[in-house]
Amino acid sequence: MVVYALFGVLALVALAPVAIALNASARATALVYSASLMITLIVGTAALLALTGYDGAGSAVTLPLGLPWLGAHFRIDALSAFFLAVINLGGAAASLFALGYGRHEEFPGRVLPFYPVYLGAMNLVLLADDAFSFLVSWEFMSLSSWALVIAHHRVRENLRAGYVYLLMAGFGTLALLLAFGLLAGAQGNYAFDAIRAAHPSTGLAALVLILVLIGAGSKAGLVPLHAWLPLAHPAAPSHISALMSGVMTKVAVYAFVRITFDLLGPPDWWWSLVVLAVGGISAVMGVLYALMQRDVKRVLAYSTIENIGIIFAALGLALAFKAYAMHFAAALALTAALLHVFNHALFKNLLFCGAGAVLSATGERDLEKLGGLIHRMPQTAFVFLIGCTAISALPPLNGFVSEWLIFQAILLSPQLPSWGLKLMVPAVGALLALSAALAGACFVRAFGIGFLGRPRSDEARGAQETDTHSLAAMYALAALCLIAGILPGLFIDTLAPVAQMLTQGRMPVQTGVEWLSIVPIAESRSSYNGLLVFVFMTASGMIAAFAIHRLASDRIRRSIAWGCGYPDPGPLTQYTADSLAQPIRRVFGTLVFSAHESGEMPPPGSTAPARLTVKMRDPVWDTLYAPVADFITYASERLNVLQFLTIRRYLTLVFMALVLLLLVLAIWP
Amino acid sequence: MALIHDLAFQGAQMLLVLLLSPLLTGFVRKVKARLLRRQGPPLLQPYRDLIRLMRKDVVLADNASWLFRVIPYLVFAATWVAASLVPTFRSGLLFSWTADLIAIIALIGSARFFLALAGIDAGTSFGGIGTSREVMIASLAEPAMLMIVFTLALIAGSTQLSTMAAFMNSPEVGLRVSLGLALIALIIVAIAENARVPVDNPATHLELTMVHEAMVLEYSGRHLALIELSVMLKLLLYMSLIACLFAPWGIAAATATPAFVAVGVGAYAAKLAAGGFLLAVFETSIAKMRVFRVPEFLGAALMLALLATLLRFVSGSF
Amino acid sequence: MNKLTFDIAHMLAGSLVLVSFMQLYQDRLSSLINIFALHALVLTASVAWQAFVQHAPHLYITATIAFVFKAVVIPVALRRIVVKLGIHRELDNVVGVGLAMLAGIGLVALSMVVMLRVTAEADPLAREDLAFALSVVLLGLLMMVTRRNAVSQVIGFMSLENGLVLAATGAKGMPLVVEISVAFSVLIAFIVIGIFLFRIRERFDTVDIQALDRFRGERQ
Repeated sequence: MVVYALFGVLALVALAPVAIALNASARATALVYSASLMITLIVGTAALLALTGYDGAGSAVTLPLGLPWLGAHFRIDALSAFFLAVINLGGAAASLFALGYGRHEEFPGRVLPFYPVYLGAMNLVLLADDAFSFLVSWEFMSLSSWALVIAHHRVRENLRAGYVYLLMAGFGTLALLLAFGLLAGAQGNYAFDAIRAAHPSTGLAALVLILVLIGAGSKAGLVPLHAWLPLAHPAAPSHISALMSGVMTKVAVYAFVRITFDLLGPPDWWWSLVVLAVGGISAVMGVLYALMQRDVKRVLAYSTIENIGIIFAALGLALAFKAYAMHFAAALALTAALLHVFNHALFKNLLFCGAGAVLSATGERDLEKLGGLIHRMPQTAFVFLIGCTAISALPPLNGFVSEWLIFQAILLSPQLPSWGLKLMVPAVGALLALSAALAGACFVRAFGIGFLGRPRSDEARGAQETDTHSLAAMYALAALCLIAGILPGLFIDTLAPVAQMLTQGRMPVQTGVEWLSIVPIAESRSSYNGLLVFVFMTASGMIAAFAIHRLASDRIRRSIAWGCGYPDPGPLTQYTADSLAQPIRRVFGTLVFSAHESGEMPPPGSTAPARLTVKMRDPVWDTLYAPVADFITYASERLNVLQFLTIRRYLTLVFMALVLLLLVLAIWP
Repeated sequence: MALIHDLAFQGAQMLLVLLLSPLLTGFVRKVKARLLRRQGPPLLQPYRDLIRLMRKDVVLADNASWLFRVIPYLVFAATWVAASLVPTFRSGLLFSWTADLIAIIALIGSARFFLALAGIDAGTSFGGIGTSREVMIASLAEPAMLMIVFTLALIAGSTQLSTMAAFMNSPEVGLRVSLGLALIALIIVAIAENARVPVDNPATHLELTMVHEAMVLEYSGRHLALIELSVMLKLLLYMSLIACLFAPWGIAAATATPAFVAVGVGAYAAKLAAGGFLLAVFETSIAKMRVFRVPEFLGAALMLALLATLLRFVSGSF
Repeated sequence: MNKLTFDIAHMLAGSLVLVSFMQLYQDRLSSLINIFALHALVLTASVAWQAFVQHAPHLYITATIAFVFKAVVIPVALRRIVVKLGIHRELDNVVGVGLAMLAGIGLVALSMVVMLRVTAEADPLAREDLAFALSVVLLGLLMMVTRRNAVSQVIGFMSLENGLVLAATGAKGMPLVVEISVAFSVLIAFIVIGIFLFRIRERFDTVDIQALDRFRGERQ
């Protein structure tokens, strides 16, 4: 099994030279994306099969690459099979979308070679079974995505985004490197099997946990390490944004789960405290940031932070349950987290594709310049609406199911004995509830301002429906959102081997439940049936429509909208994205962003326009990044002298370093 | 046989909530009018209004999209499904396991999500004002409601409404501090969700003060009728919810004899009448708040609900 | 004691916490005074219930004192002061309501945890009542910290004292002498503060205590 996956990776990587050789012609675009589509589909299906037929062992292979005494270990177990399925599904959708979208690419030569490499690197991270190949693939993934972020390097913002991304990615890898170093111990047992067998001491494990939270968390976009994400994700071409937001953050979640649940040994209860707090805060902060953005791709990027926060909160719960040996509850929380991983990959990919379709149709990402697209792009609007409904956690779509499971897990947590958790869990529950409600507001805003109302610019007025490939990708994702929403039992059962492997517990089998409901604990306690909710809603809506049209009236007249006495107000009198969020900005923003509005009215009689200025500060940037950036600037200016030394001095430096290292080795116990 | 029996009750419940909800709204209006020493419209006026609206032509704004025409049906369907899953006079509804309390709240959330979109669709500023305020209210009311659900679920050990109602009816509930906090929070949330005074005024027609009415300003004819009906259903839903959780007396069990079912129907009618009367008295005795007082009001509900949940977590006996 | 008597005592103590939160929420002075009267009423009910349950007639006197002074005399007097000063419609808040209530929840959680941990072997209900009492005390203090107006600070102080009474009656019942002396000391404190209010008002034309800071040159 693992060998086939490696062949897939090899094929993906081999596409890069082909793309270069074909010199970025239209044929190259079609070839690269259709080949990626095929490969990801095959690998994804194979991974899914491996997951459903998981026998508890998985398959492994060791290649004579990498460190000579170690070799490169690769392995597929339940956890990596699940993530492989998610990632290749996302990759397939993005490739299908790109078959149409990629034709509008201005510089295909800067995208095509890196795209398959990026996909391959993500797959390789999941396959790696020793620290060395894991880190190499991880860095490979970071660098190839960095190249894609700065594909449009003429835009100044993108260069800055790339710079920040490179810094943060390097920082994250450093943290992971240290974490693995600590795990491997002095003997340097870098193979995961050896790490799993050695249980680190409490203090060491705590240190590793913090390092992993920094390393994986910075890639996933946890607050306060999220700063690069809303810059870098939107800067790339839209199908890459979809991959970065929908898929690469999941690789980071995988890294976190792999290390904390699998490699690090039995957890301490306070680990969960840290993870829960970080998750809850990320969820609320992410969606609040999203509500304040105008750029539609940035809205989506910040909403990724929110969803990652939700996932980490659920993982925190799972850790807490695991620490107290409540295996069943741990399995429930972990399943909820993984289901949200899957769901988020679906709808975030869908939404980024939708944003890409809008971008290629209008050339605009600014919500304030869009509007009325539902008339010009009805199909894109329809699928985008499904994505918005799903991400807002509304039944009967899939986002609701995973949040519902997380809430069920929270309701099990009063049995946790520790006082810290008794205070933390309800607080995190409130944060999650708040973030769910705010996400609804955020996507009312994103869809309403972007697609409804009247066009706010000529570009929006002249938009055309997007091409069939893009639509096919989006329809496929939307259909999956619906299927995962109405038949969640299937997906929960598929996740059972993963939960079994990591928590030694499992949820009840769902496929046998009557009427295809899901019953996470017991039927008297809670159950949900997405299928019936869907059927009931459709039926009652249809019956109402039929009865009214038949018995009462079905006539329609068109007329101008009520303008309160002002005839023919222009499109600019509509609510804008900023004004729609103003009440929320006032309620939450003053506290979180120290938002401040000041109005400037011209004197009576003057025809000058009135102005409203809104000032907001980013608390994370101000308190964390700015001081660090200042320090780095300072330090690098100091170190700058090193650039202008003579050869002899350089040699001296090298020599001193060598001697110093030998000395350390000599006095090492 | 039992299945047909249950199915009949489920169907009866669906029809009951649909037919009863305009009466409840009419009753509240009547009591309000009488409190103001007006004669008030007859009790059956809401039915007449609905029928009249359904027969009229729909006048669509020039810019209205297909979504605008679908939304009334979506909103109605979501609200109706939610309302028919709350036990009214008899517990043990056939489909009660389809959606637990969290899902019912989320269904109402879906209705609101789509209605908020409808406010923006026509491309006028009034719809926008309504949507903007509605999402602000919802962003506080929904978490408060979820925390209330958490509290109740932790007390009853279930999020299933039938189980919860049965537990609340049993003697082991007792008086609990967290229940009291949750009740107050629930009342505040219910007032906000149903756009009643002091959060919003269902009778106002001044555009700048409206929230809900501003959102649906562009609706007319059968679309408006459906939305009005959904509003009435939602009022009934919240009253039934409060009744079945905090005053579950008289709800007939799933195995009850016809006599007990009759008692259940009577008790339900009495509870609705009492709830409607209290609502009318409350609404006439209080003034509407400024819009930016509302977040504090709802924030208080959120805090109370959070406190109740916290108490449940810290000690089992609250 | 059977379960219901426990539950009622518990409920009343919880209601006192709830009313403390209402005080935190209400920033209009005249309504605040009403709520304070309600606070005292709940305390009266709670003390009277304890008297009934514990068969301790002297607690009825405590209840009477609480009712007469705190629920009737002081609110009426405060209302007159407020009307006289013309500040009955004034809003008074240093930090936002939401933040104050959030802090309040934190304090309640804190007192719960502290009380339940410290008194692990005591009777479970008495522990929780004590925790409630501590919360009321802390919420009273919080109110004094978050308000600027001297009248609200007086109310905060007196609700703090209500918390102490709740703690004392809930646990075992305190000697009447102590109770009377506490009641009188509060009354005297009230009179002193009342007089001060007038003096401050006369001098600075406001009861905003920031005016005093200004006068001392601590703020500009």
